[in-house]
Amino acid sequence: MSLEAFRLETRAWLEENCPPSMRTPMPDDERVWGGKTPEFKHPDSKLWFERMAARGWTAPTWPTQYGGGGLSSEEGAVLTEEMQRLECRPPLFSFGLYMLGPLLLDIGTEAQKAQYLPPIVRGEIWWCQGYSEPNAGSDLANLQTRAEDKGDHWLINGQKIWTSWAHRADWIFCLVRTDTSVKHAGISFILFDMKSPGVEVRPIKLISGASAFCETFFTDVKVPKAQMIGEVNGGWAIAKQLLAHERGMISQLGARGGQRMPPLEDLARRYAGDAAGKITDPSLRDMVAKQLISDRAFELTSKRAKVGGDAAAGVASMLKYYGTEQNKSKFELLMKLAGSDGLGWEGDAFDPLDLTLCRSWLRSKGNSIEGGTSEVQLNVIAKRVLGLPD
Amino acid sequence: MASLNQSDYELLRDTAGRFFDERSPVDALRALRDEANESGFDRAVWGEMIEMGWGGILIDERHGGIEFGYQAMGELQEQAGRRLVASPLLSTAAICAPLLAAGAKEARARYLAPLLEGNLIGALAIDEHRRHAPQRIATEATPDNGEFILSGQKIFVVDGHIADLILVLAKVGANGMGLFAVEPGFAGVMRTRAKTVDGHSVAEIVFNDVVVPDSHCLSADTQCRVMLERALDGARALLSAEMLGIAQEAFDRTIEYLQVREQFDAPLGSFQALKHRAAQMFCEIELARSAVFGALKALDENDPVAPELCSVAKAKSCEMLELVSNEALQMHGGIGMTDASDIGLFMKRARVAQQLFGDASFHRDRFATLIGL
Repeated sequence: MSLEAFRLETRAWLEENCPPSMRTPMPDDERVWGGKTPEFKHPDSKLWFERMAARGWTAPTWPTQYGGGGLSSEEGAVLTEEMQRLECRPPLFSFGLYMLGPLLLDIGTEAQKAQYLPPIVRGEIWWCQGYSEPNAGSDLANLQTRAEDKGDHWLINGQKIWTSWAHRADWIFCLVRTDTSVKHAGISFILFDMKSPGVEVRPIKLISGASAFCETFFTDVKVPKAQMIGEVNGGWAIAKQLLAHERGMISQLGARGGQRMPPLEDLARRYAGDAAGKITDPSLRDMVAKQLISDRAFELTSKRAKVGGDAAAGVASMLKYYGTEQNKSKFELLMKLAGSDGLGWEGDAFDPLDLTLCRSWLRSKGNSIEGGTSEVQLNVIAKRVLGLPD
Repeated sequence: MASLNQSDYELLRDTAGRFFDERSPVDALRALRDEANESGFDRAVWGEMIEMGWGGILIDERHGGIEFGYQAMGELQEQAGRRLVASPLLSTAAICAPLLAAGAKEARARYLAPLLEGNLIGALAIDEHRRHAPQRIATEATPDNGEFILSGQKIFVVDGHIADLILVLAKVGANGMGLFAVEPGFAGVMRTRAKTVDGHSVAEIVFNDVVVPDSHCLSADTQCRVMLERALDGARALLSAEMLGIAQEAFDRTIEYLQVREQFDAPLGSFQALKHRAAQMFCEIELARSAVFGALKALDENDPVAPELCSVAKAKSCEMLELVSNEALQMHGGIGMTDASDIGLFMKRARVAQQLFGDASFHRDRFATLIGL
């Protein structure tokens, strides 16, 4: 089928199958994360999720043998564009989809792919990732969580922090230290069940009031040998690859579709527009235009990176750096536009949208910290792309 | 339009890069400036560009062009930008040729072929104020018995000092506008060459009751605005492509300098304060590149979002190039302040390109208007 025919067919299918309620901005608590005990706060989100999962379109470009949609990357891009055009919400949020799955497709054994991939497509397992530790943030390779070889199993001891959704997740993919005598070359990548004895999770309350991140403690957690991915002590290469996926994911936070908030131009009209929707304050109007122009240029850059198929570390770092800084500046601009309406914390005195704005503004501050800070991304670009010396 | 694929564009890029390296490197601009060259560009080099068909890249085949389109022209402009090439590529090939092709038959028949053959340099006379404001013009063309009487004054006319043909934008009646093909020899045309900071030249042109025959009117109806906007958008996107080349070259030279220049027993590029600024420039250049490619593609495809994207491209390129040209100079240290270093030449051309056809704030305002804000 030609790409154009695929586009028309996809558009028709989405129009037919994506409920109108799933084409609206999405409050955080209406996200579908799947898992063993899935929650569908919005009733239509279950229908929408099931329809997409049935076609494998929760993972559109994964091979059909693992439950994916089997689309080419060009077809996948068309599907994304058509979903954005209709402002469809993503049917499923999952670190399994964004991070673990692509990694397993790349380096997993056949048995690992067959075991872990189909449940990710069907949203049956909620995965979380265990990278950062109290003393391993930007210096991630300094991680100390130990995995000791006990013959028939690994024994895990240590602590992770900023583990997103660990209090809800079913399984974790985790970086652990298997050799203490070397730094980068002593790290391995392992998967295990969060219900294993010895796993303890404590949510962390953030400035936004939300608690999506946790501290996670491992005390003598036993993990079967088969659950290590890649070679023992080969985890750092995997970590770098995964970070590139994560950066790609975070950089697209500002993209259309399934957003918490309506697009900037609509909000600008709402907060600062006259009856005809024109922004009369020339300074605010200029700031909005500047932001939107950079947003457009960023969208075009993301597309160009995909067309070029260039997932090189430098490009991922550029998208992560620029996308998150753009997202932060967008929320700062929205706060200026909203004035006192943007400063509400809770209660009926504020419109729910205004309350969401305030919380989202606070949450956006983490964008340039999580997944490698902006400063780390700039280091990566300087080294890998520009070849500047250490 | 001729159907070009990615490898065609790459071929054109390589061809243009090699040609300019050989025939018009940065030293050539320096020489033109220092010898106070009469044209401000090398006519022999322009002749060779014409022979390669570059004058007619935007012109369809039935009008004598090669119809490669805006993306192809963008490749040339970017390569020209890298070497600070002074040539009539923008004024003549990118602006006047498409205006003539879109204009009324008589003027087209008279001027387009000689222009494509390299026998005519063209210039668009539009600006009257120090900041680009194409909607705010006082020059007037008064219809008078099958003729127009043209009066007014234009400034910052690129290549206007040497043009054989001047396309003049003028008011017609209360709300209309028209484009007129005026030869510098017409009675009442007075032009003054003005050398600009970038080593190029522009002209200030006075039109004093110039009699312009009807046959020299490209358009004086509602279509005129459409024609003009399209030509200006093309010029903006192509100028942005040139700016991309200017920035990329200044940036590459700066990165090289950071790698070789040592202070405190270490290469400058090993200091994080400079690394981060270099990485930020890289990002800004890539964003501008995407915007320029997007605008050129939209022009080729007659996409209705083309005007928006052309403003995105010009606004983004202006912001990016101001940053990159300033940082390039700063990172070259004292050397960057000397005339012997090329870095200053890149900054000088950058500022002229930023002003031409609207700077960042002009295009932010235009973009906001286009999307209804």
